[in-house]
Amino acid sequence: MNERDELVRSLAGLSLFADLRDPDLAAIADPEWERHYGEGERVLRRGLSGGGLFVILDGEAAVEIKGDDEPRRLRRGDFFGEVSTLLQCKPTADVVARTPLHALEIPGPHLERFLLQYPNVMFRMLQTVARRIRDLLE
Amino acid sequence: MAPAGYERPFPPGDYPVVVVGTGPGGLQASYCLSRLGVEHALISRDDAPGGMFRHYPIYQRLLSWSKPDAPAQPGTRAYEWYDHNSLVADEPEHQALVPLFMDRTFMVPSREEMERGLDAFARRVPVPARYGCAWEGTRRDDDGRLVLATSDGEYRCRAAVFAIGVTTPWLSPIPGIETVPHYVETRMPAEYRGRSVFVIGKRNSGFEIADGLLPWARQVIVGSPRPVQTAVIAQASVRVRYLQPYEDASLGGGTFALDLSVERIERTERGWHIAGNGTTRPGPIELEVDEVIAATGFSTPLLDLGELGVRTVAQGRIPALTPFSESEPGSGIYFAGNTTQGAVGLRKHGVGASSPAVHGFRYNARVTARHLAETHLGIAPARERVEPDDLVPFLLEELTTAPELWTQKSFLARSVTAEGVSDIVPLAHFVDEAAPDAVAVAVEMDEAGRTYPAVYIRRGGEIGEHLLAPHLLNDFRGPEHERELRALL
Repeated sequence: MNERDELVRSLAGLSLFADLRDPDLAAIADPEWERHYGEGERVLRRGLSGGGLFVILDGEAAVEIKGDDEPRRLRRGDFFGEVSTLLQCKPTADVVARTPLHALEIPGPHLERFLLQYPNVMFRMLQTVARRIRDLLE
Repeated sequence: MAPAGYERPFPPGDYPVVVVGTGPGGLQASYCLSRLGVEHALISRDDAPGGMFRHYPIYQRLLSWSKPDAPAQPGTRAYEWYDHNSLVADEPEHQALVPLFMDRTFMVPSREEMERGLDAFARRVPVPARYGCAWEGTRRDDDGRLVLATSDGEYRCRAAVFAIGVTTPWLSPIPGIETVPHYVETRMPAEYRGRSVFVIGKRNSGFEIADGLLPWARQVIVGSPRPVQTAVIAQASVRVRYLQPYEDASLGGGTFALDLSVERIERTERGWHIAGNGTTRPGPIELEVDEVIAATGFSTPLLDLGELGVRTVAQGRIPALTPFSESEPGSGIYFAGNTTQGAVGLRKHGVGASSPAVHGFRYNARVTARHLAETHLGIAPARERVEPDDLVPFLLEELTTAPELWTQKSFLARSVTAEGVSDIVPLAHFVDEAAPDAVAVAVEMDEAGRTYPAVYIRRGGEIGEHLLAPHLLNDFRGPEHERELRALL
């Protein structure tokens, strides 16, 4: 694998994709899935259907839920949008860029095939979701 | 030195706005600014209008349709939907110019027919430009104005519109690729007679070349990491003929479509050696071929705009833009033409807007011109008014016939405020804007390719999304949709 493809290199450093071979990363690094957001811009919109799964490559975002004064911070390697995408429902929170944000968006219609194609990513995603549930219960 | 046949207006100096480029994006932006009364200079490094269409597509046939005869009358707004290549104008005589030059061999124009249509627009409107004036660099003055250095001297302006295209040949970072001819260096198909050809890239330009070579080459292999997604292609504005090499591959006709990540390209005595790794089917891949062509795409020639804060996406190839095609809100650095694909919008269900093509970006240019005039020059564009009794039929008519909504799905919307003020706006702006109560409608498409109307209602700062039922013939003006929309409003 060439070492100059920045998107591939960025993905390779994330735990979510740690088990993937370089050719797989090249296939995932679709330039059409690359996103940049300015500070304050909404990335995921509460109440709007048709979104995707976002993986943060650089920068910070916050999950903003009405009435919640301490929004959860998301950083490089974190992902969001998986609940609404997997369940095909509308997101219940906004996710807003808190700094310039560089992200990869896997569009909703691609997600199922993507996860079945890369079961290691699905396993690591499941681990993260399980951790979130444990944190909520504790 | 004045290029033949054109005046040289707009000498270097101070202008409210400068537009760079005379491809379809620059011509459309200049036209829209003129209609708003915005004084501006239009400059171009070329010596005639047409931009990329003066040279490409390499095999001289476009992708996007123009139907000389259609259900709607040429010159009307409704006809724009059937003519994806002409620029849009307020005057019927300046509308629908590309079909005038088509010989009807195909429903898509040849490169030359397209170029003649654009030239006719520039001459008939007219859209004056200073040809032979190359933009060479940019800086910001202490007073915040932009300064564009050109081959003719410096231009100062409050806002600039860069319609510079995605025009610089781009090579993916593969060791050895620097020796490979790029798409733009592809020779005539007959010169590949009896040769085996490896085409790097499975997007438009890769398949265009493969298609052109089918009658000549002995073997054609197209390769890139991602598989061809026929379902996605069927929903995009890619013509069926681009699927012919893929069909040939499926039927074993001597063509191959490989999903591989190319690791290395080397010259050999016979031609080329390709080393890669399979993606969809893992494993090493080694190929010996006579010819290689890098159909790896193009990038935007941003020059030094990165130093002024212009960020990029798509591996640095496209500027990242606001819904109004500005690089950062308030920066005054706007883009027009196919670079406006850098404004992603909502991209619901993964369906992108048609901003890379004329039929999409011609509407972005109008939205951009209005935004620029209002926010940077204080010129408020005239807006339609809709009486309360007319609101429901007006919105349903727009959903059924508005070319802006049909070409820019989930991207451009028709909005009407509670006071009845109406405009075509970016949907992302409408749903994110903190503004008084209003409604917006957009045409959307889901993952199954079903097209349906969507209604967004802003009440007390909250946005509600309501998806209406599809219609077999995409006509949303019937009693059911009227009842549904009336109940929502």
